[in-house]
Amino acid sequence: MTTVARYWRETPRRYNLGGCRCPTCRTVFFPPRSVCPACVTHRRSFGKMEPFQLSGDGEVFSYSIVHDAAEGFEMQVPYVLALVKTPEGPTLTGQVVDVAPDQIRIGLRVHATFRKLREEGRAGVIHYGYKFAPVSEPLAGTGTAESASPAQAPGERGRVRA
Amino acid sequence: MREVAILGVGMTRFGELWDSSFREIGIQAGLSALVDSKLSSQDLNALYLGNMASGTLLEQEHIAPLLMDYAGLAGHHLPAIRIEAGGASGAVALHQGYLAVASGKYDFVVVGGAEKMTDVPDVAANRILGGTADQEWESVFGATLPGLWALMARRHMHDFGTTREQLASVPVQAHEMASKNPNAHYRNKITLEQVLHAGPVAEPLGVFDCAPLSDGAAAVVLGPAERARKFTDIPVRIAASEMATDTLALQHRSSITRLDATVVAAKRAFAHAGKSPKDVQVAEIHDAYSISALLALEDLGFETKGHAGAAFADGTYGIGGRTTVNPSGGLKAQGQPFGAVGVAQVVELVRQLRGLSEARQVAGATLALSHDVGGTGATSVVHLLERMN
Ligand SMILES: [Zn+2]
Repeated sequence: MTTVARYWRETPRRYNLGGCRCPTCRTVFFPPRSVCPACVTHRRSFGKMEPFQLSGDGEVFSYSIVHDAAEGFEMQVPYVLALVKTPEGPTLTGQVVDVAPDQIRIGLRVHATFRKLREEGRAGVIHYGYKFAPVSEPLAGTGTAESASPAQAPGERGRVRA
Repeated sequence: MREVAILGVGMTRFGELWDSSFREIGIQAGLSALVDSKLSSQDLNALYLGNMASGTLLEQEHIAPLLMDYAGLAGHHLPAIRIEAGGASGAVALHQGYLAVASGKYDFVVVGGAEKMTDVPDVAANRILGGTADQEWESVFGATLPGLWALMARRHMHDFGTTREQLASVPVQAHEMASKNPNAHYRNKITLEQVLHAGPVAEPLGVFDCAPLSDGAAAVVLGPAERARKFTDIPVRIAASEMATDTLALQHRSSITRLDATVVAAKRAFAHAGKSPKDVQVAEIHDAYSISALLALEDLGFETKGHAGAAFADGTYGIGGRTTVNPSGGLKAQGQPFGAVGVAQVVELVRQLRGLSEARQVAGATLALSHDVGGTGATSVVHLLERMN
């Protein structure tokens, strides 16, 4: 059996989208990492990564409508699973909620929302964390090109990923 | 490093082997490979065993000495090493066995792969499979393994115009091939219409886009190439054995329509052997999901990025095509006993190179490629095999 500590340990990141940033190259990571993989001299970043708060903004980079649920998600089928690309750089895996299956598309603008993720797992723990919901005004374009990505925050050199 | 040859091969039938235990299928594969090689077990130096999840599937760890024991070899006190790399466990075991013989440390080793998937319910097996992705940052958020591959499929369709029908052509060919393979999990042929109208698993992937959960085991015997003819009439040389890794979670990759681990492993393998994809007549590639096969063809260098769907649907990779892909039926139809897959691919290819594949024989094959992937691509392994003349 898994202990509660395994899930409690990750709570701040899952609840608050707390990532980290490399003090040298300014790349943002989520979830936080101890070492920056973007720096050539990555070992120098060890122990020096700074906390960094994601805004919760993003857009759908790819999606699937899941019918054969992950354990604990059986009551939610069909649900939308997506990769969400954030303006800060990292791409996150999560569900998109409050969207009809025929409304989901690549490029859809979403914002993180705090929800119950899954019912009791094997440890008897109910998991909470982020899901994504569409934001009101749709973005023009399809999100194919980098130019259609959400603007990067000033001073941020968000790493282009995924 | 000295040249390494495959001296013998063996495998069990793949499928739901209700009557057989893990140790029985492991021994059956290993001993049949030894018999095929004419090697005495007295000459054996070590066992490398690929297995993904015996601990969670069977609540049995420490399985390498277990199989040695039940093969009657405990008294030899040989090294026996289990290797785990998700669905690529068997292929990584082969890489390790290859290194051991190439280095000169060992002369003769058995490389096995074995998995017993059907002793637990499907829901448990799928949960265990999810463990080959990132439990903390993918599975907890509702990601399943087919769901993650579906994300790759969707983006591939979006970026390159790959169609649902092109994806569906992959399992249709797999079942056609497996209909001629007596070891296959599924020997029934299926139609494009059946694939398109099957129940959805994780859209755009449906039931027929996903390989089954199978029981099965496979084994090969390796030895120094210069002594190979003593043990087999048609030795097959391992012309390259390369593996590469990448981030565990899909979300951290620089691309989701390309597996960089496959790109790198393939480049290393072709460079090492001094060959290119056009030299390969027969290949066994990772097709756990229909999209997996298309990505593999592109990442291995058989197709430029974005073109595998159209090429596959055109029959380019069938029997009689320029390279025949997955004559065994692949993971989709020969079956998917995770730790055994990478070894079973090589068993099929050795039989092809020996010219012993009967109804599914690729005529005149001399160079073969095997490719196996763990999880969503955190591990990729490429082997090149060449018939020795
Ligand atoms: Zn850095």
